[in-house]
Amino acid sequence: MRITSPAFKENARLALADPQLQQALGNVRSGFIDKRETAVDALPEFEALRDSARAIKDHALQNLDLYLEAYEAKVLASGGHVHWAETAEDARNIILGICRSAGARTVTKGKSMITEEIALNEFLEENGIRPVETDLVEYIIQLRREHPSHIIAPAVHVTQAQVEADFRRVHDHLPVARDLSEPEALLGEARRVLRSKYFEADVGITGANFLVAETGSSVIVTNEGNGDLTQILGKVHVVVASIEKIVPTLEDTAQILRVLARSATGQDMSVYTTVSTGPRRWGDPDGPAEYHVVIIDNGRSAMLGSDFQDMLRCIRCGACMNHCPVYHAVGGHAYGWVYPGPMGAVLTPSLVGVDKAGHLPNASTFCGRCESVCPMKIPLPRMMRHWREREFERALNPAAARYGLKAWAFLARRPALYQAVTATGMRLLSLLGGRKRRLSWLPLGGSWTKHREFPAPEGSTFLRQMKARARP
Amino acid sequence: MTSKDPEAPPRVGLFVTCLVDLFRPTVGFAAIKLLEDAGCTVEVPLAQTCCGQPAYNSGDRKDARAIAENAISVFEDFDYVVAPSGSCAGMLKRHYPGLFSGDPDWQARAGAFAGKVHELVSFLSDIRGVRAVTARHEATVTYHDSCSGLRELGIRSQPRSLLASVEGLELVELEDADVCCGFGGTFCVKYPDISNAILDAKTGCVEASGAGTLLAGDLGCLMNMAGKLKRQRSRVEVRHVAEVLAGMTDGPPIGGR
Amino acid sequence: MSPRDAILAKVRAALKTEAGDDARRRKIMARLRKAPAGVIPARGQLPPAERTELFCQMAEKLFASVHRLKRHDEVPKAVAAYLRARNLPAAVRMGEDPRLEAMPWDGLRAFSVRRGASDGDDDAGVSYAFAGIAETGTVVMLSGADNPSTINFLPEHHIVVVDAASIQGDLESAIAGVRTHFGRGRMPRTVNLISGPSRSGDIEQKLVLGAHGPRALHLIVVG
Repeated sequence: MRITSPAFKENARLALADPQLQQALGNVRSGFIDKRETAVDALPEFEALRDSARAIKDHALQNLDLYLEAYEAKVLASGGHVHWAETAEDARNIILGICRSAGARTVTKGKSMITEEIALNEFLEENGIRPVETDLVEYIIQLRREHPSHIIAPAVHVTQAQVEADFRRVHDHLPVARDLSEPEALLGEARRVLRSKYFEADVGITGANFLVAETGSSVIVTNEGNGDLTQILGKVHVVVASIEKIVPTLEDTAQILRVLARSATGQDMSVYTTVSTGPRRWGDPDGPAEYHVVIIDNGRSAMLGSDFQDMLRCIRCGACMNHCPVYHAVGGHAYGWVYPGPMGAVLTPSLVGVDKAGHLPNASTFCGRCESVCPMKIPLPRMMRHWREREFERALNPAAARYGLKAWAFLARRPALYQAVTATGMRLLSLLGGRKRRLSWLPLGGSWTKHREFPAPEGSTFLRQMKARARP
Repeated sequence: MTSKDPEAPPRVGLFVTCLVDLFRPTVGFAAIKLLEDAGCTVEVPLAQTCCGQPAYNSGDRKDARAIAENAISVFEDFDYVVAPSGSCAGMLKRHYPGLFSGDPDWQARAGAFAGKVHELVSFLSDIRGVRAVTARHEATVTYHDSCSGLRELGIRSQPRSLLASVEGLELVELEDADVCCGFGGTFCVKYPDISNAILDAKTGCVEASGAGTLLAGDLGCLMNMAGKLKRQRSRVEVRHVAEVLAGMTDGPPIGGR
Repeated sequence: MSPRDAILAKVRAALKTEAGDDARRRKIMARLRKAPAGVIPARGQLPPAERTELFCQMAEKLFASVHRLKRHDEVPKAVAAYLRARNLPAAVRMGEDPRLEAMPWDGLRAFSVRRGASDGDDDAGVSYAFAGIAETGTVVMLSGADNPSTINFLPEHHIVVVDAASIQGDLESAIAGVRTHFGRGRMPRTVNLISGPSRSGDIEQKLVLGAHGPRALHLIVVG
């Protein structure tokens, strides 16, 4: 997927001017937040579970090498295959190889952010294999030839009317008179079309919410059941997951599951939590004949032991973006790559480089709402600040901003000079403010006054007045 | 220099914050009055400047640390350090110690200093046990929870309960009071259009509340919201919560009427 | 170096540890064996009757329907009544679970039972749950010939028989049950934890039941 993060400002400008997008984003503001709050309030142990979940992931990351080995041994013991991929490209080639050995023409896919990250769909298409997204709205996204704008609600940027138009365009068998004005009808149509695909597909690809070291299991969490049909009906089930998905035991999984669905959609549990271990067993009437896991590093190991290790606790619930005023304003596509919102602002620079994704950690007000709702208590603002520090060290941020900040810091370290300069400046600004006590235009302050008035200072600074009082 | 006598009034160093110093001295005087009414001896060290947030949040750790050294040196001998801002108090209290990691001497000083720092309204309420103020303000007001104060320092009930003691004042809750106003320090000038979209939603809620006065505890947010309201020709007056609690509302509101 | 070894080496370098760190390895293996429980919500920690009641309430909140019966031999009639009430054909798909086979399906008139995995043409499927979880109204389904996984997902109506005695207070107790049943570290191909019928809320956040999986989940709680 092409990275447009460097054009974040332009992306944001277009997003703000898009009335349909703005209408769709209204649903994020209203829906997710209340549902999460209700679910959290109904569970007195929620805070304790957050701490428990965080401790589990920290422990798993701190011993990731050993848990990966233990996990691998269990997968092999259950008859599965484990493939290791250092990079996105390695992962793509491994998956293509599995598909080719299975003679696959069509593969079905459960919703998975890691396959977005490694740009799997485009790659499979280039190689003559048709990937079919089965998550109902991920399917809609695929029809629109777009990418998800949210990690759990990929089509949150799309309105119902747009979905209807897309269906009429692509499903050309649809009679014009068919009423598709309700979500039921739209989802029913998608379900009908996708049912046959499950049976056509040779390979089913899913992600994993967790890889369980104790049992060698992969765990997926869905509401639709598409991930399950994808993995049961294909001859081959391929699980694609990054290394930090490891948790030690099923009990540990249970702890994290309790905070996952509540944080994501406000459910106590998602409808389907599926624990898969190896291929079809002797005597099983259904299930895949082969089970493969592709374990991907793609930049994670470099985050371990760094200022960004905490980010590897992320369980992709989306609560941070659901509560982010910047995400609410511009939506997910403006961020310019796979992962939007606050988690994307931390993760994207780690995976594609801060030189490309530098806007993302800067485009935050540091309001801290993301951290306050993060089930894994990831200090997202702190890590965005770390990225700003990296940028500053490498002088990647704009020169004008650097000089302005440096000048202010220079004054702030010299109290006497600070007082002299500010006293004069404020007196002048106060005069300019006139009787209205505000300015509509300010030299060098166009970014402020473009949208708002600039309140004029009262006149003499506080410290200047205190100094005058101190002098008898 | 720390006062030993438990009966003696605590010595409070007022960290007035650069925005109050430069733009709204009234808030500084209101803070002094409120602190003195709460039985404190208030001093205003003249060697104070800015808390260093602009540098810190822009990734300039080195300057942030140098600024922090100045603030700690100037204030560390007081019993308490109080700031009329959740954002600056949060910087002093929550972020200063981290600036000195790897330097045990300074880290210890920053830690001890951080322990003394409080935001004004929560200090009055939680530390000094103030339950009521003597002030009058005939108006329907609404209150915006500034992010740092709310989430870094847990300030929510304190301003509301003190405002309830102001004669003539009726408090109406602001919808999405806990949502950012779009200020975010340098954010609002780095990403003016996004900031504006967030701000627009906020002023919409302010107008919808029906209140005639908007209060908050942070001057950055207040200037941002006042600037927008005035651009929208709103009649809502904007003030720092300390002005109302201290009964110092004779002067023009932020951004004028 | 293989990609596997390269990744593990990078991880070890980042963690400042070594492969040969036996003390750490022993600790990890011990934790895997011990599988410590974490925070268990008080919600489901109830005596059996109340636990069953909570299970039913939680399931209904998720839009599952619940029917309680005293005896197993009443199940076929209840299934037939469920289908009749919804104008569905008198036919179900089910696996070879001996507990299902022991029920008097033959006593129903003009009722057809198809055995084995679902092929996608079944209106209704019947499964027997391994356990219920009161905390969340969840049923625990194990794959295999007894209860093929396809029956959990392909029919429009999924009817699940749950023994009241199998209802646990919390997810961890259900996990412990699976572990006791199969042995430590061994699992069936699939464990499905199912909480209500399939759904999507992804078009403008409007809830629609019956996404890919069953439109209706009907729980028959026995005992």
